Amino acid sequence: MSLGLYVAVATRAFRRYSTYRAATLAGVFTNSVFGVIYSYAYLALWAANPDAGGYDKVDAVTFVWLGQALLMTVALFGGGATEDLAERIRTGDVAIDLYRPVNLIGWYLASDLGRAAYHLVSRGVAPMLVGLLLFDLTLPVSPAHAVAFAVSLPLAVTLSFAIRFLVACSAFWLLDSSGVRVATMGLSIFLSGMLLPLVLFPGALGTVAEALPFAGYVQVPADIWLGRHDGSAILLHLGFQVVWIVVLLGCCTAVLRAATRKVVVQGG
Amino acid sequence: MADALVLTRRYVDIASLWVRAAWVYRTSFVTLVVANGLLTGLDAVAIFIMFSQLDQLGGFSLHEVALLYGASSIGLGIADTLIGSVERIGEHIRTGRLDQMLTKPLPLLLQVCADQFTLRRLGRITQASIVFAWAATYVDWTPARAGVAVLMVLSGGALFFGLFVMFSCIQFVTKDATEFSNAFTYGGATLTQYPLTIFPRELMRSLTFVVPVAFVNWYPCLYLLGRDDPWGMPSWLQFCSPLAAGAMVGVALLVWRTSVRHYTSTGS
Amino acid sequence: MPLIDVPLIDVQSLERTFVRRKRAGAVRRTTETVRAVHDLSFGIEAGEMVGYIGPNGAGKSTTIKMLTGILVPTSGRVTVAGLEPQRDRVELARRIGVVFGQRTTLWWDLPLRDSFDLLQKIYRTDPARHRENLDRFLELLDLHELLDTPVRQLSLGQRMRGDIVAALLHDPEILYLDEPTIGLDVVSKGRLREFLRALNKERGTTLLLTTHDLQDIEALCDRVIVIDHGTAVYDGDLAGLHQRGGSTRTLVVDLVDEAPPIDVPGATTRRVEGPRQWLSFPADASAAPLVAAVAAAYDVADLSIQEPAIEDVIRELYSGPPR
Repeated sequence: MSLGLYVAVATRAFRRYSTYRAATLAGVFTNSVFGVIYSYAYLALWAANPDAGGYDKVDAVTFVWLGQALLMTVALFGGGATEDLAERIRTGDVAIDLYRPVNLIGWYLASDLGRAAYHLVSRGVAPMLVGLLLFDLTLPVSPAHAVAFAVSLPLAVTLSFAIRFLVACSAFWLLDSSGVRVATMGLSIFLSGMLLPLVLFPGALGTVAEALPFAGYVQVPADIWLGRHDGSAILLHLGFQVVWIVVLLGCCTAVLRAATRKVVVQGG
Repeated sequence: MADALVLTRRYVDIASLWVRAAWVYRTSFVTLVVANGLLTGLDAVAIFIMFSQLDQLGGFSLHEVALLYGASSIGLGIADTLIGSVERIGEHIRTGRLDQMLTKPLPLLLQVCADQFTLRRLGRITQASIVFAWAATYVDWTPARAGVAVLMVLSGGALFFGLFVMFSCIQFVTKDATEFSNAFTYGGATLTQYPLTIFPRELMRSLTFVVPVAFVNWYPCLYLLGRDDPWGMPSWLQFCSPLAAGAMVGVALLVWRTSVRHYTSTGS
Repeated sequence: MPLIDVPLIDVQSLERTFVRRKRAGAVRRTTETVRAVHDLSFGIEAGEMVGYIGPNGAGKSTTIKMLTGILVPTSGRVTVAGLEPQRDRVELARRIGVVFGQRTTLWWDLPLRDSFDLLQKIYRTDPARHRENLDRFLELLDLHELLDTPVRQLSLGQRMRGDIVAALLHDPEILYLDEPTIGLDVVSKGRLREFLRALNKERGTTLLLTTHDLQDIEALCDRVIVIDHGTAVYDGDLAGLHQRGGSTRTLVVDLVDEAPPIDVPGATTRRVEGPRQWLSFPADASAAPLVAAVAAAYDVADLSIQEPAIEDVIRELYSGPPR
């Protein structure tokens, strides 16, 4: 499969999502409302404990808006290109896809990245602007940090994609995968930093949380933006995302192979 | 009054049918209730984690914030269980099911709310009740306070009822902007988890006089906790939850009636 | 006690326009006014069986919506059983039954039985009467074995029959049927028509039927209202319609051998292909004398008759070019 094909798939996904103008506006509004609520909550938290988790209050509020900005990009609540896959598994059409000489994972990943690009540009940038208008936010501490942040974004999307892909594939075996979806959504919200920055998680909970792939969704990019890491530490954290991507995409490939076998043997 | 009883019985008839149908898939149903409880309980977990880092938030201790959280979530849970289906009204309009409902001898709102009734949302009420019960052990109970607590929970439910219904009416006009309502319904719920001292004065006033979510839990809880209003608002507001609820429900029903009238006049 | 004799369904100078907003270019929007129903007037007495026909987009569904209170007229008056459909929606709903052809009124995920039980409660039908009706209809429409099947597993025909039962359980005075036989096989169609005829005869249920199937009309309706572009262009009996429209039926004759165009009185030979010939004759005339004449004069191997399509009938009504 050529790069050109992947680009075409991504572009098509971008364009498809860009037609939902009203939904995007409504979404930005909601993101902003929640951004405001959490900003005040964190300001109060850091007023009581000015140094919590190694952040100061400006870091904390910036973290809120970064979270809101990344929410849709990283498809934290589910959704994205893997929904198409889930639907095709449900209807059985996926059987056709499994016989085609197309890299299924690559295909859906390209589509998801296209979608993520649109969400970043619309529901990523807009809430950040709102946050900048309403609150005191900090910008990336250096150009190097800004670049590293930019790099961490497609990595975060890919991480999230891999997990969502696995969740979608559960439909090959489970009649009703809503339990898996809800559980994943819960874990994503809790362990990505969306609920509360992982730096606040006490003791062992914090250590475990920062080691899991979900940390790569929001916490890692946010920490790069906030300048919590320097130099080689940044590379280490980007590496963290990459390692999990390799592991999870490996799982995706294995799962897909098992699913193909199942479909071929049992006829779906 | 007799009318209200008859309608309640019709609602129960429809709802129990759906419950019985769901009960056929027992394990799936129980799983969903538990999953719902865990997912909605994440907010409570966040509060507890927050307090591992500090003693007070906005001048309120853990058990005080837990009381606020519990009361608000129970209210939301009640509303969500009884009328949460109203959020699906856009779907009914699209499929033509709304037109069919109009040919049946029952109020439209009742049919929409009872449609696809599910007890799964009890998960939220359960988890919130546990938190509330724990926080309640710290309250110095008197008969008056018990009465206010009961009214608080009922009024909270009614206030969220009003919000859900009112903002679902947007779907008569556009099907794309449903996320807009979330800012008010779930945003209102998230907001009231925290003591209103964390917000600026103007916001607090809007939440008292414009979108009166402050009456869901804030004002009554001040009475339960025996605290003076930190903003210096008059203490009789602490007994006004039922009034606010009544006003909100009244406005919501007006918006609903107008929206339905608009729908039958334009036939979109 | 009404002093004036008002029809059960009374429609006077009904108008219904829609304003549609369309995108013209990137940002600009144009509005377009569509007149779905225009100056529509008719009255239907209790016990009548009326066919309501017209081409797609003629305004049939819009009319039904206005009669049932789903849609409000832009102007004009509609009264059903002395009630105003929108103002008295709930009260009127008790006295009517509606069957929508494409969408089911039954609860999708639940067994058929549950839908019927629920309807008894919703309409507050006397339980004994409900039981009686249910047993009767289930037998007539052969649905007994399907009572415990979830509605989503039923075939189209079975669902349609279920919908009809659902619409009649509460003894409505008026039954609106919107394309009820669409997608049904021939046998089911016949059974359904029989059922509806019996219903009208026994209980005097008024029937308003919209359909594209002319045979539905012929089997069920004494009266036909033709609507086109929002206006009633014909209101009378079926024979009159054929006459007025000058519509023709076609006799397809398969001769034993090829022959020059058949020449018999009362018919025109339109087409010849080998031994087969197509003769058209007025639709309101009986085919019997024609068949006898052809058989007497020629060696006939086989014969069949083709009915005119609704669209053709209506088109001829205007004697204008097809739209």
